[in-house]
Amino acid sequence: MTEPTQSNSATAQPEAMTWDSKSRRVVMLYVPLACFVLILLFPFYWMTVTAFKPNAELYDYNTYNPFWIGSPTLDHIYHLLFNTAYPRWLMTTMGVAVASTFISLLASTLAAYAIQRLRFQGSQYVGLGIYLAYLVPPSILFIPLATIVYQLGLFDTPFALILTFPTFLIPFCTWLLIGYFKSIPYELEECALIDGATRLQILRRITLPLAVPGLISAGIFSFTLSWNEFIYSLAFIQSSEKKTVPVAILTELVTGDVYQWGALMAGSLLGSLPVAIFYSFFVDYYVSSLTGAVKE
Amino acid sequence: MSATTAPAWVRQRRDPSWIVRLFDWKPFLVFACLFPAVGLLTVFLTYPLGLGIWLAFTDTTIGRAGVWVGLENFEYLLEDRMWWNAVFYSVFYTGIATFGKFALGLWLALLLNNHLPFKSLLRAIILLPWIVPTVLSAIAFWWIYDPQFSIISYVAIKAGITSQNIDFINTPWSARFSLIAANIWRGIPFVAISLLAGLQTISPSLYEAALLDGSTAWQRFRYITFPMLLPILAIVMTFSIIFTFTDFQLVYAITRGGPVNSTHLLATLAFQRGISGGQLGEGAAIAVSMIPFLVLATLFSYFALARRKWQQGEGND
Repeated sequence: MTEPTQSNSATAQPEAMTWDSKSRRVVMLYVPLACFVLILLFPFYWMTVTAFKPNAELYDYNTYNPFWIGSPTLDHIYHLLFNTAYPRWLMTTMGVAVASTFISLLASTLAAYAIQRLRFQGSQYVGLGIYLAYLVPPSILFIPLATIVYQLGLFDTPFALILTFPTFLIPFCTWLLIGYFKSIPYELEECALIDGATRLQILRRITLPLAVPGLISAGIFSFTLSWNEFIYSLAFIQSSEKKTVPVAILTELVTGDVYQWGALMAGSLLGSLPVAIFYSFFVDYYVSSLTGAVKE
Repeated sequence: MSATTAPAWVRQRRDPSWIVRLFDWKPFLVFACLFPAVGLLTVFLTYPLGLGIWLAFTDTTIGRAGVWVGLENFEYLLEDRMWWNAVFYSVFYTGIATFGKFALGLWLALLLNNHLPFKSLLRAIILLPWIVPTVLSAIAFWWIYDPQFSIISYVAIKAGITSQNIDFINTPWSARFSLIAANIWRGIPFVAISLLAGLQTISPSLYEAALLDGSTAWQRFRYITFPMLLPILAIVMTFSIIFTFTDFQLVYAITRGGPVNSTHLLATLAFQRGISGGQLGEGAAIAVSMIPFLVLATLFSYFALARRKWQQGEGND
């Protein structure tokens, strides 16, 4: 009875109507939202459940409830870690992702600084060119790149990936950082110039410390993109132990006609976890970089 | 006395070394800053793009440098049913998936734009499909679409919708739609979160004014939300179309182009012919044949949707 008086929006609203708008809110907002979350998360739930199910439960839906694990087992993960080269694939993926992220950050910080702050003639055309580079999808490039990688003698080495991943990381990072540099007042740099600082000192002591959030966003984005990369890793790496996780799971774990779904799902889960954990620490940076890049 | 000590206070300005002066010389600094990025992009992006177009006019195979064959590769493709199939499916896949992604993504963005508890947590969860490696979630979909142990079939049978297992990836048309569903699933988060950012920039006073004028919810969406969202929609759609049309991972992981080559996209066909089959020239020709579609799609989505921004008289920066 006290409810209508407590709500500040409507002072004399009948109780039936507030209930009506409440149920309307549930039907129009919470039910669809719950459906979205359920559908978007279900494959991950299914991946996890499958990874910890013993084989007997995995292929018998009649005696066991498929949505739950009767007797959880670590067999699949054990098999993955000790009977396959999975730990090596993880290390390779991690190394390639870190190295290409580092190269891209370095190159795009310098490029963004030059384009946004040094204001040379034609700087906007260089910026436009780098933006257009972002629109060139890897699917068009992988065949000629394979021949180039082969000619350079990089075929089947991690350097083939470390050097080609920046092609799709640099354009993105550069645009993100140009946006960040724009938000730093130019007066700060002018003060430093008057005090006799060189351009490089300004970059190191003033611009970069202020652009740290942008650098973190760009770094996270690059790391996840290189972790997820598939087509270059598939085309440029041949020997089994040098493959990255996404490629290795698909090409090394899928054997014969009977798929080892338990091991496959365990591999997918373990391969997704590092990037998911990494992402969960920096969600806000990630979202801001995603939306910032779109708004640019 | 003070007059004699004063000169001692003037500190000798040290001459900077030549390397410091070089880095303070603007033309050199610009060059040095741009060199890593532009160098990498030139060697591994611009040059391969040109080389790809050149390869498309040769009969190069793996291990043998080709000779110029003119338009032969393209003439061959025009008579190749598999290429036409791939063109058809690429267009179909892009069209349906883009429509689905944007319809559902816009809906989700509108839902998220309300006052909700745990909003940032919700946003983090919703982005998960987008940050997890596509191939790994594709393998999960492969398992969900399993002919024998599909969990969707199980639920459908229990609910009494069907009496036998649903066929997801074993006949051409069901495989085509299953792949599109997986692509939509993966694309919704990106669209929703980007559009949500656009929604949040719309001033609430516009809605208040419309409410005072007695507008309906549909009118507010049609005449305020949608037009204000168009510029960001244009950009997100351009990206989405480009990366859906050239998609590779989902198809390669789930069906590898089968059954009976019905689900080949141009990218998977190019991979099959170029890398697996070793016909680099032909593969490059297939990859190059994607370019006109991409340019068309980009121009269409950009000009059709972004036009309004210029009409409103805003700066185009």
